[in-house]
Amino acid sequence: MTEFAGWLMPLRYGSETAEHNAVRSAAALFDLSHMGEIAVTGPGAAEALDYAVCGWPSSLAPGRARYTMLCAPDGGILDDLVVYRQADDRFLVVANAANTAVVLGELQRRCAGAVVEDETEATGLIAIQGPNAAGLLSRVTDLPLDEMRYYAGAYGTVGGCPAWVARTGYTGEDGFEIFCAAGDAERVWASLEEAAKREGTSLPPAGLAARDTLRLEAGMPLYGNELGPDVTPYEAGLGRVVRLDKPGDFVGREALAARAAEGPRRTLIGLIGRSRRIPRHGYAVLSESGEVGVVTSGAPSPTLGTPIAMAYVRAGATGPFGVDVRGNKEPAEVTELPFYDRRKQR
Amino acid sequence: MSVPAELHYTEEHEWVAIDGDTASVGITDYAAQSLGDVVYVSLPATGAAVTAGEPCGEVESTKSVSDLYSPVDGEVTEVNEELDDDPGLVNAEPYGAGWMFRVRIPAGPGGETALPPGLLTAAEYEELTKSAG
Repeated sequence: MTEFAGWLMPLRYGSETAEHNAVRSAAALFDLSHMGEIAVTGPGAAEALDYAVCGWPSSLAPGRARYTMLCAPDGGILDDLVVYRQADDRFLVVANAANTAVVLGELQRRCAGAVVEDETEATGLIAIQGPNAAGLLSRVTDLPLDEMRYYAGAYGTVGGCPAWVARTGYTGEDGFEIFCAAGDAERVWASLEEAAKREGTSLPPAGLAARDTLRLEAGMPLYGNELGPDVTPYEAGLGRVVRLDKPGDFVGREALAARAAEGPRRTLIGLIGRSRRIPRHGYAVLSESGEVGVVTSGAPSPTLGTPIAMAYVRAGATGPFGVDVRGNKEPAEVTELPFYDRRKQR
Repeated sequence: MSVPAELHYTEEHEWVAIDGDTASVGITDYAAQSLGDVVYVSLPATGAAVTAGEPCGEVESTKSVSDLYSPVDGEVTEVNEELDDDPGLVNAEPYGAGWMFRVRIPAGPGGETALPPGLLTAAEYEELTKSAG
């Protein structure tokens, strides 16, 4: 167990490598009830959110979700979010646990004309992720999952409990996130475990350590590592989330438009370690001319069997690169992100 | 979590088994569980001189990298080469197949094998891990 943004969270239940592999090959369960859930509701909700975040929530059809960001006026990232349009006049904004208070405060300030409420304490969030997720969840839900697209969601029941079920996740695998009443979370979890038992398949619980290596293999950024107030979406390779083409002003528009025009000052790259030493958060990236960047996340990749890392390097820096691993320059090769793409593996 | 009674321990979460003038060294079950899955172990070279309390290698797990300390003074006589191919042995059998290295301890002035001061008994070590949570 570990202290995580004010919550006591399991880093691992057993072997984090086994948990990771279960998600890639079968399925696993995650308790993500620490994540922040903020509801933005009312007739003015869509317009208010368009001003508050850099994406275009009003363009979402009800039942659809979008990955977006909350930026500061200078374009720096305050949090990365998933926004679900649950109804015409109701949006659910899912924030990182450590940033929930900041996101809540900013949304309350920015969303004049809408009701902004923190539902974190009242909400349980259980994720089932992996190729077997749809099959197992379909046993205990009334929702037709084969009709549910990626980044879509619907109201239904899971294990008899009312829930918002969405085909989203943070693992690079097919899977679902189930938002339910906090008091129902155990029943939802147990219903999925029972479904797996009846099917004779394994559905282990997975902790934060596996969640981190899964998202890293999938090339997904983590707030505090790849994203932060000193980073714009463009540097993170996520310029597509900034909708400069949407009508009206939004917080950060001017700064982001200027950044889009001038090009990024640094670039997020993927590195594959060519030794057994693992590049980790904060280690320097070296080129032949010296230090050119810093590792933001690094881990041994259970799927690839090699160390992998994401790093920021100065715009224009050229390889070959190495990483300063505790005083030794270890070779690393630049690779396209993501490290793992399930559509290419299967 | 197991703490075999016959072994000696260090505050750095290593175990030491003394057999004649040879000390075998590994990390404890508690350490292995705290680190998570071990993915790489860097060990001292055979023949290297090691000093009690000084780093002589590294243990990499999924989430972290930690120094490996020698619990004794002496010369490394053997290292566990199996760990190169299968570092997971450290998690699976920390007191057995997951052992790390062996050190010949020089004889004291009277010809006896002198145990370094500061090693903990199993009971003392258990107490330490409890107070560490």
